[in-house]
Amino acid sequence: MLKITDLCVNYGGIEAVRNISFEVPDGKIVTLIGANGAGKSTTLRTIIGLVKAKEGSINLDGEELLGRSTTVIVSKGITLSPEGRHMFPDMTVLENLKIGAYLRTDDLNEDIERMYELFPILKSRKWQAAGTLSGGEQQMLAVARALMCHPKILMMDEPSLGLAPKIVRQIFEIIKKINEQGTTILLNEQNANMALQAADYAYVMETGRITMSGTGKELLRDSSVKKAYLGL
Amino acid sequence: MNGSVILQQFLTGISLGGAYALIAIGYTMVYGILRMINFAHGDIFMMAGYFMIFSMAVFPWYVSIPVTLAGTVLLGVVIERVAYRPLRTAPRMSVMISAIGVSYLLQNLATYIFTAIPMAYPSIPFLKQIFQFGSVSASLVTLVTPVLTIVLVIALMQIINHTKAGMAMRAVSKDMETAQIMGISVDKTITYTFIIGCLLAGVGSILYFTDRMTVYPYSGSLPGLKCFVAAVIGGIGSIPGAVVGGFLIGISETVLVSLGYSTFSDAFTFILLIVFLLFRPTGIFGEKATEKV
Ligand SMILES: Nc1ncnc2c1ncn2[C@@H]1O[C@H](COP(=O)(O)OP(=O)(O)O)[C@@H](O)[C@H]1O
Ligand SMILES: [Mg+2]
Repeated sequence: MLKITDLCVNYGGIEAVRNISFEVPDGKIVTLIGANGAGKSTTLRTIIGLVKAKEGSINLDGEELLGRSTTVIVSKGITLSPEGRHMFPDMTVLENLKIGAYLRTDDLNEDIERMYELFPILKSRKWQAAGTLSGGEQQMLAVARALMCHPKILMMDEPSLGLAPKIVRQIFEIIKKINEQGTTILLNEQNANMALQAADYAYVMETGRITMSGTGKELLRDSSVKKAYLGL
Repeated sequence: MNGSVILQQFLTGISLGGAYALIAIGYTMVYGILRMINFAHGDIFMMAGYFMIFSMAVFPWYVSIPVTLAGTVLLGVVIERVAYRPLRTAPRMSVMISAIGVSYLLQNLATYIFTAIPMAYPSIPFLKQIFQFGSVSASLVTLVTPVLTIVLVIALMQIINHTKAGMAMRAVSKDMETAQIMGISVDKTITYTFIIGCLLAGVGSILYFTDRMTVYPYSGSLPGLKCFVAAVIGGIGSIPGAVVGGFLIGISETVLVSLGYSTFSDAFTFILLIVFLLFRPTGIFGEKATEKV
């Protein structure tokens, strides 16, 4: 289980994350929803060690991760599919998959085949430079690349951003499938509707604070969530 | 000018160009990964000259060469640790100023320890062998330099394109944060980059000074600047660009000297730089706009 306690993160004078606590139990899908600028990305980037926290605790299965380097945190089984996908555009699709498994020293062929099964489009594009893929294909590759390191916890930052509704539904189906295969998911979304439907548990973030939490179904029914995030 | 003179000058030109290319690669690789100009690179090359002088005083040449290369690599790695790494999150200008500081430090340290009097560079007997082709004669080093340069560049491209360390270098130079998310250690990757850059500068130093015969504390500054220009002309960040730039400058310098314009040849390098900055600022192989420094 990943347990975040009293986490505070500042950028200079800006308090981006203010004293938040939440849990990501093994095998579940947990989502952080909230408007642009609420502090969702900062939270994920702090968990993976790219941003230094001011205070608090990030605990994975009893081990403190705060202050550890990103390399160490990734080696403990947490990975991030970043906002905006961030493919290595000059590398081929295959190389992007291989670099996702950078810390592994065992044979990758079986996993590469597994990714091609999960995302058939990637197989036909394996020699193509990742920068030439469409947005949806890049998002598939971003997820596949993240899975190549065998994460216990896959964090995804806005996987639906800028994608057509049909592709968004595909992405969410894949998220559920990956979760059923045993990977814990921590998902940031502005698309609250899709995220709440998929999530076992959800937290609402507003200006750096967690203001509400509950199961996905509970929040879908909540009147203030409906008004603020579902446009109903 | 007859055919054999032209051939003779051509050999000298590609030989000088090869040494320049090896040094220029160090500038371009460090720029590619840190987006900064390592102004101390020319002085690391000069220090490699002194390392060779002192190791040749004790060891035979086949021991001295690896000792020199190891010393050069160590110097580069230490400079990165002490003067650049602590500034990793500082503005790029601070790192660049630190590099200028290191450059002056090495020059002054060399003056203090070795004095400003040029020291004789030891001759490596087998590199000094003279070959005679008809009326053209050349020492072995003249022939070895361009060949060795090409071999090393091909090996380097293999490392960069087909090994895990090379993949890490490409990833870090493209997108440092995402590279970290892949589990790549940025610090280690930057260290590899300095190791390769300094190794090539060490080889370049041996080849260059074998032809020049003396080393003094400022031996690195003009060649360093020229190789920086070579990297810019080739398209800074591009390894093939640095090689082409190195050969271009080496050959044009030799041609000008042979035509009797030796005092003008250094100025010509910088004219070439200005012309490129005005008309093709991204260099021969540069794609995206190079950032202002
Ligand atoms: N690198 C940064 N430097 C300074 N401020 C930042 C930086 N990244 C984010 N912020 C600020 O932190 C706050 C939270 O941003 P972010 O975590 O990206 O929110 P979200 O992902 O929920 O849209 C915003 O006010 C944003 O402007
Ligand atoms: Mg965000």
